[in-house]
Amino acid sequence: MQRINTLLRAVPVWLVYVAGVLLAAVLFYQGLTGALGAEPIKALEHEYGELALQLLVATLAITPLRRLLGVNLMRFRRAIGLLCFFYVSCHLLVWLLLDVQLLGQVLADILKRPYITIGMAGFVLMLPLALTSNGISVRRLGARWRLLHRLTYPAAVLGALHYVMLAKGFQLEPLIYMGLILLLLALRLPSAARLKLA
Amino acid sequence: MAHRWTNDLNDADVTPYSAFLNRRQIMAGLGGVAGLGLAGLGGTAAQAATEAALEPNSWEDVTTYCNFYEFGTGKGDPTAYAGQMMTEPWSVEIDGLVERPGSYSMAQILEAMTLEERIYRFRCVEAWSMVVPWQGFELADLLNLAGVQDGAKYVAFETLYRPSEMPGTAYKVLDWPYREGLRLDEAQHPLTIMATGIFGKPLPNQNGAPLRLVVPWKYGFKSIKSIVRITLTDQQPQTSWNMANAREYGFYSNVNPKVDHPRWSQASERRIGGGLFARREPTLMFNGYEADVAALYQGMDLAENF
Repeated sequence: MQRINTLLRAVPVWLVYVAGVLLAAVLFYQGLTGALGAEPIKALEHEYGELALQLLVATLAITPLRRLLGVNLMRFRRAIGLLCFFYVSCHLLVWLLLDVQLLGQVLADILKRPYITIGMAGFVLMLPLALTSNGISVRRLGARWRLLHRLTYPAAVLGALHYVMLAKGFQLEPLIYMGLILLLLALRLPSAARLKLA
Repeated sequence: MAHRWTNDLNDADVTPYSAFLNRRQIMAGLGGVAGLGLAGLGGTAAQAATEAALEPNSWEDVTTYCNFYEFGTGKGDPTAYAGQMMTEPWSVEIDGLVERPGSYSMAQILEAMTLEERIYRFRCVEAWSMVVPWQGFELADLLNLAGVQDGAKYVAFETLYRPSEMPGTAYKVLDWPYREGLRLDEAQHPLTIMATGIFGKPLPNQNGAPLRLVVPWKYGFKSIKSIVRITLTDQQPQTSWNMANAREYGFYSNVNPKVDHPRWSQASERRIGGGLFARREPTLMFNGYEADVAALYQGMDLAENF
């Protein structure tokens, strides 16, 4: 573990930001050039949404990974969290500007379609988290910052639920995300606090 | 008997492969414009997007963007995995309320039928659409081959279920085999065809080889693929999507811009192939075939019988 942590310390945090934003740009470019298939709008919407979910799982995994296995990724947590918000925003923008296209229809969908209402609620919960993901906010808010950032937990559940609800038929993948997120949240329960694997 | 129906889309509406490639280059060229931000989308780009939306579909679009859940739920899965489906030999069991029930081989069927071309709009329940040049014959002719008994009111269809060649069936996404059904008058309507080819070529497996239904005024999932059984019955048959979620998928599933899917609007659609900036187009009642089929549903509440 010590060796892994030493290697991780050599990775600059800015590299995570650059890699994350670059991937979003590459996907957009692929959408433009036809590399995402015959229907690039839906493909891009799904890619951004799925990456956001993966980053959500990653942020939630950081604390249990340190506690259970001793792997320390704490330095990257803010970057991963902010990138997650960035991907959720990209996902929302593709849906709004490229997919639905009409503002009136967007508002109607948010009110009328439960899976969209839930996805939107998850996004709204993430807004204060993104806005306070900086050193100044951490110092100003003190103990309240930790409390505020527990909004990550309901936001993650809403994100996974959004995916579960939009699948056609019985599909495994959304349930795997939901399962992972619930597991990572369960590891935070007081009864799981004494667990140690390494 | 063929050629009872003629359509208003003709060969000129089908995009030649070379034009399709040119369009892809135009879309790629748009990358530079988009780099300036979405607000920078000026006249030429908007124009190109509109023109692209008017263009019917290419071989590439039709054969790489498919729903065929027996091979996976991703749009590219059928193209990637359907190749392993054995389509020779193939026969269709025609049973139930017919005069001559039995197993009809593809050779037997093709010998008795006259193939013709039908260029139809195809509207998926997921709110995307294509224009496809099909080759096939009217389902009514196949039903006549078997002889429909007087008491028959519905036609039930079943897709091949062969797990060893269909990786998607390892998951119970739907209750396999895939099932669909039509009312007898819908099945006998001259617009309703059994397709054996697209673009003058045999149907690729992902598009439902060797024999599939095409009902152009209904959502795409009604047009069941790779059919192995046709049953004439006096009961409304069970259909897969209705069994999976009756609130979202009705037996009729006629294209109707005024009746929304519970999770999305059906008022508009996006034509596949228009690229990243394709505009939505209004969805037409009965997918544009209102004049041909509205009479089938006279006096029915279409919001109730969705």
